[in-house]
Amino acid sequence: MAPDTVRPAATQRRQLALTVDQKALILFLVILAAFLGFWELGANLKLFLPIMPSASQTIKDFWFWISNPFFDYGPNDMGIGWLLLTSLRRVLTGFAIGSAIAIPLGILIGLSPIVSKAVDPFIQVLRPVSPLAWLPLGLALMKDSERTALFVIAITSIWPTLSNTIFGVKNVDPAYLNVARTLGASRWRTIRQVILPAAAPNIVAGLRVSLGIAWLVIVAAEILLSGGIGYFVWNEWNNLKITSIITAILIVGLVGLLLDRLFGLLQARVSFGQRS
Amino acid sequence: MRSYLTPSVTYGSDTAAAHLSIQAVSKVYRGRQAWTDKLLRQTSDDFVAIADITLDIEPNTFVSIIGPSGCGKSTLLNILAGLSRPSSGSILLNGKPIQGPGPDRGVVFQNYALMPWMTVAENLRFAIDTVYPAMPAAQQKTIVQEYIDLVGLRGAEHKHPHELSGGMKQRVGIARALAINPQILLMDEPFGALDALTRGFLQDEVERIWEQQRKTVVLITHSIEEALLLSDRIVMMTRGPAAGIADVLDVPFPRPRKREELDQHPAYHALKAEMEHHLSRETRAVEAARIGRS
Repeated sequence: MAPDTVRPAATQRRQLALTVDQKALILFLVILAAFLGFWELGANLKLFLPIMPSASQTIKDFWFWISNPFFDYGPNDMGIGWLLLTSLRRVLTGFAIGSAIAIPLGILIGLSPIVSKAVDPFIQVLRPVSPLAWLPLGLALMKDSERTALFVIAITSIWPTLSNTIFGVKNVDPAYLNVARTLGASRWRTIRQVILPAAAPNIVAGLRVSLGIAWLVIVAAEILLSGGIGYFVWNEWNNLKITSIITAILIVGLVGLLLDRLFGLLQARVSFGQRS
Repeated sequence: MRSYLTPSVTYGSDTAAAHLSIQAVSKVYRGRQAWTDKLLRQTSDDFVAIADITLDIEPNTFVSIIGPSGCGKSTLLNILAGLSRPSSGSILLNGKPIQGPGPDRGVVFQNYALMPWMTVAENLRFAIDTVYPAMPAAQQKTIVQEYIDLVGLRGAEHKHPHELSGGMKQRVGIARALAINPQILLMDEPFGALDALTRGFLQDEVERIWEQQRKTVVLITHSIEEALLLSDRIVMMTRGPAAGIADVLDVPFPRPRKREELDQHPAYHALKAEMEHHLSRETRAVEAARIGRS
């Protein structure tokens, strides 16, 4: 008897109650609406500086850039799609160069305590340097802005991947290594079949951080160089078009999010439940 | 009988019976005694884990080593596996000294030690391909399937370890250790991380498998029932430091053994009582020493 009387009440409560995700979505929409409302109202009541556009103007302009991404009326008037492709090409090329240096170097350092101790001072000194500090040196060495951008991005991409690769290779679960030893596996076979797959989640985590930082740095580098989304931001500041700058900020953020998610998927693929 | 109940035919003639001889083996972990340590006041004394252990293990016998925790059981097994070198003494396998790890000894680890990025079949295949690189792929596959069947995991070949329960993982661990056709099987508390029901189930499985493949087995355990169910001989170790062998018991129960019928044997209760007495005395002494030290 008792369960029968209890069940309807329980199901009713379940229908009314919102899940955590639903509640979060509602709160998100409320915050967004409050923010946009305050912005629109403030701009109309002239609470901000006159240069500040209203929310509706910004959204209109955002839609203009989004709806027509690929036009080209000369280097100072290009669709956002072309600008993004330029920046992405630079980031991905520089990131590939940086990773091609960082991963093998990290494996070597991780495997050898001697190399590790010998190389560590170089890494410790170079890692905290702002990537932009390399930019003048890059211009001097490369003598052109495209290759300087790649140079700066490559150096930026090295550090997180390098330190994560070293950590991953050094901290392979000794149980796996013991298995390889008891089977009499050669050093080379152990590295290829055991150490690298075991370190893969850490390496990919490093790549993910590297790519995120590279995407941060490309905007700053392009403000100083030319072309790409960073140059666009600076150019629109010179045109005093704040709506375009806000548009660019949002798009840079969304592309960064997308890149991060892609690497998140790759990370899940190589983890096999080693971390959730 | 189903055909898969006769593994190791794939290797051709069965390997010769292995005789393992442990001769006066000690293991000392060196403390920090260098002048730099003294300067930093970080010195520590040498620690004698096991002292002067001598034991002969006959071919095709199942030997359990039991003792209080921290008595150096695992140290001894690591030395047998070749993962750790004895400080003195030597170990002979069929008269030849053991110099390091090797595929003549299959090891089952307490934490399973399966490669998480490999499927069940790939874990076995990795072991076989490492030990027998010249073996044709088709034959390797046959052996993989044979041993997956032996431990009752047919259907789970393409699962990754994180999709398996602890008991299933250790089945893979056992299959991997056996698949390389070692002369000796070394098991380091293989069921220690499992719940009681799964543990009992896996013990029965090991008993069944051992009836089919009478390899020389050294099992480290802290379970009296486990030792009684599986062993021909039980080696009882004293507490550490400087742990040694207290006594070696012969287990006379006929095989194949059934867990339910084991306690009907006249010797069962006397053996069990003797082991319980020994273990509780040693454990109490360990605790007393620890209280006295602090």
